[in-house]
Amino acid sequence: MRPMRTVDSPGYARPLHPGAWWLWAIALGAAASRTTNPILCLLILAMAGFVVMARRSRAPWAYAYGAFLKLGLIIIAVRIVLQAVLSSQSQGIHVIVDLPQIPLPAWAAGLKLGGLITWEAVLIAFSQGLQLATIICCVGAANALASAQRLLRSVPGALYEVGVAAVVALTFAPQLVADAVRVRSAQRLRGYDGGRLGGMRRTAMPVLEGALGRSVELAAAMDSRGYGRTTEEAVGARRLTAGLVFGGVLGVAVGLYGLLDASVSGWLGLPMLGAGCLGAAAGLVVGGRRTRRTRYRPDPWALPEWLVVASGIGCAVAFFVVASRDPAAAVPPYPLDIPQVTVLALVGALLGALPAVLAPPPPDRRAASAVNAEPATAAGEEVAT
Amino acid sequence: MIVFDRVSVTYDDAPAPTLDTVSFVLPEGELCLVAGPTGSGKSTLLKCINGLVPHFTGGTMAGQAVVDGRSTRTHHPRDLVDVVGYVGQDPVAGFVSDSVEDELAYGMESLGISPPTMRKRVEETLDLLGLADVRHRPLATLSGGQQQRVAIGSVLTTHPRILVLDEPTSALDPLAAEEVLATMQRLVHDLGLTVILAEHRLERVVQYADQMLLVPGGGRRVRLGSPADLMRDSALAPPVVELGRAAGWSPLPLSVRDARRRAAGLRDALAGCVAPSHAPLAAAGRELASIRGLVVTYGATPALRDMTWRLDAGEIVAVMGRNGAGKSTLLKAMVGLVKPSSGTVRAGELDPARSRASQLIAAVGLVPQNPSDILYADSVGSECVLADADTHVSPGTAAGLLAELAPDISKSSHPGDLSEGQRLILALCIVMTAAPPLLLLDEPTRGLDYGAKRRLVEVLRRLVASGHGVALATHDVELVAEVASRVVVMAEGEIVADGPTPDILATSPAFAPQVAKILAPAAWLTVPDVVAALASRSAS
Repeated sequence: MRPMRTVDSPGYARPLHPGAWWLWAIALGAAASRTTNPILCLLILAMAGFVVMARRSRAPWAYAYGAFLKLGLIIIAVRIVLQAVLSSQSQGIHVIVDLPQIPLPAWAAGLKLGGLITWEAVLIAFSQGLQLATIICCVGAANALASAQRLLRSVPGALYEVGVAAVVALTFAPQLVADAVRVRSAQRLRGYDGGRLGGMRRTAMPVLEGALGRSVELAAAMDSRGYGRTTEEAVGARRLTAGLVFGGVLGVAVGLYGLLDASVSGWLGLPMLGAGCLGAAAGLVVGGRRTRRTRYRPDPWALPEWLVVASGIGCAVAFFVVASRDPAAAVPPYPLDIPQVTVLALVGALLGALPAVLAPPPPDRRAASAVNAEPATAAGEEVAT
Repeated sequence: MIVFDRVSVTYDDAPAPTLDTVSFVLPEGELCLVAGPTGSGKSTLLKCINGLVPHFTGGTMAGQAVVDGRSTRTHHPRDLVDVVGYVGQDPVAGFVSDSVEDELAYGMESLGISPPTMRKRVEETLDLLGLADVRHRPLATLSGGQQQRVAIGSVLTTHPRILVLDEPTSALDPLAAEEVLATMQRLVHDLGLTVILAEHRLERVVQYADQMLLVPGGGRRVRLGSPADLMRDSALAPPVVELGRAAGWSPLPLSVRDARRRAAGLRDALAGCVAPSHAPLAAAGRELASIRGLVVTYGATPALRDMTWRLDAGEIVAVMGRNGAGKSTLLKAMVGLVKPSSGTVRAGELDPARSRASQLIAAVGLVPQNPSDILYADSVGSECVLADADTHVSPGTAAGLLAELAPDISKSSHPGDLSEGQRLILALCIVMTAAPPLLLLDEPTRGLDYGAKRRLVEVLRRLVASGHGVALATHDVELVAEVASRVVVMAEGEIVADGPTPDILATSPAFAPQVAKILAPAAWLTVPDVVAALASRSAS
């Protein structure tokens, strides 16, 4: 057996590979998609939150989980209002309140205004809303634990240009929002109360001008730092790459269509999907060979990454098994009963929380006190509205 | 190292060439300062060096620029990465990643440098620029000076032999600016780099420069020479040079140290005179704004802690302090752009956070850091018409004000085509349309040349003479020395000093203007003060 490398030790402080965090979060989300049992959903939520608290860094995006939790609350509230109050379906027999009902015309079948509101409807809406909120919070956990930019840094070399475009787009949207806020508050400085028709144009013009200016500036900065310096290469190789990738993606699309549409003959399904995947992969390999870029300190993929992904997958597998063996525990049939919890589901949820120990601690924890006043000014833009 | 051979650049739709047959040869290992009024083509000249002009900006280029034997005609900016490092005006706009180390490595990744070499160079660069303790921090959490040093480091890692910087210190407080300039010195002296930088605030840079490239604009010849020679008759001159001219020193001193050695006689001559007190014009004017126990927090971080302050008519108050000290927050609180967590703010009779914008503008106006934020119409004329409509004053008020303060601005031009200084005056006119008695300005001199600054000083003096009150947040000590009657120094959201300008500035190591440093311990602040005192002395 070879000796254990340092990067394999869970106690060695380093940022975990962002891909591992995303796979773990997606697996947790998949687990949540199998159950509407509110206790299990809350368990997953709590476990994801626990891992975020234990392993997040000091970066600005590390506080994303809280925002996603708030979004989850809104989702639950909207769901309850829409389903329990406005929908005429899925009502039960335990009445909370009987509101006066406004009759709606026949074309609005399925909708109601007022009328009976029952415990069953509210609780079903709550647990379905909670499921959705849990899945979204799993994405939030990935966002808080891994920088999206870092994830895009690890895309294969052939997709480098696409990755850069995605990074630029990612930074562009929040910038645009910050600009809009700044410009709108600046309009107040002109003594403009807002509300008139010109308001939109007033904000849009400076924001768009600023955005255009900034993208030109960024492009110039990237060019003057060597972006796109792929030295002389054969036109043939480039065409081969493009052809392989394009053909591959087309194959994948056709294959998926074949798989999902029962009316299409069988040979269009799996074989086409496989061929498409092969083509795309070959394209990436050939394309990756032509770029002469090197990568600075790529994130290693070592034992902790495997363990984190395995814990996520373990959680998902446990929930899938529960859902097929014991449907009543995964999707409680009677909303008024206290939902059952099986041992397997509990074990699964606990598996999902293991990265709080298995993942290495982020390196910048000790530098926490060094955060200066600068982020406050950035946050100030939001407060100012 | 850099050879410009009859280079002319004409942008599309421009009536005249921005650069007109510029020729010069810059040898290796020099620190060259590029100076000139705004709009004279300094940035264009810098961009010619690494080929951004014309490859990126468009326009027509005649002649050729040759850098280390490579002509920019045939080489794109990306092909010159290993020769020229270019840092643009706003370092944040040029960042392509989100952490310090990744940013430093980006250029090397593009060049395909091997990982061990990359690692070594990143470590060396972190040490060279003093960034080792922030290496893991996200770029957004760095201070302005640190961001500027990261931007410089990110181009240094490809080991260029020329470093080009466009206004590297314009957004920085005096001490952060010195930090960046000291770094530059080190690069020139220890590594033998050729550094070319453009700067408006000559007082910060001119003593470090070996060569100076004067770009006068308006079709006049570009001149290359030693700073001492060029400063003799340059229209742009820092206070130390103007003092040297007034005192008749030859050769002219460029640094405070040189001037102090020469100034013994001048100090004696001024011994009997009393330095002017820069007192407010209308003493004890009525109160325009007051702040009591103001606390503003962003999340959990307090930006202002328990501020108590007042501002009267007839005074110009300068708010100073390092980046992030709470200067902008203070101004924003006074116009209701940030809500106080506790405490009261009064602008006239109004509570800014609770008043309608159209009412508030009659009591207090703020010109934001970036004047373009409040401009959006397609011509100066319609901008004025809209300002009248917004503030419900009689049509023509804004246009009248503009004609009075800046008669040279054409009504039909697009606000985007104005110079920085003109845009500032236009924004100021729009804010002043409703005649608020109190005017606030946030960093008004960023990107302004000496001429535009002088214009701003005149405008502010005129406003104060007619009974207005002015507060400005700024890093520009020379502007403060010239125009302010009172200075407030802030740190960590608190006022640490508040008093008449000479008392605060003359004794401060960071905020003392050049004249005060030269003539210390007497509290002289500006060249005109000294000249007037000398004149009255020789008259009597």
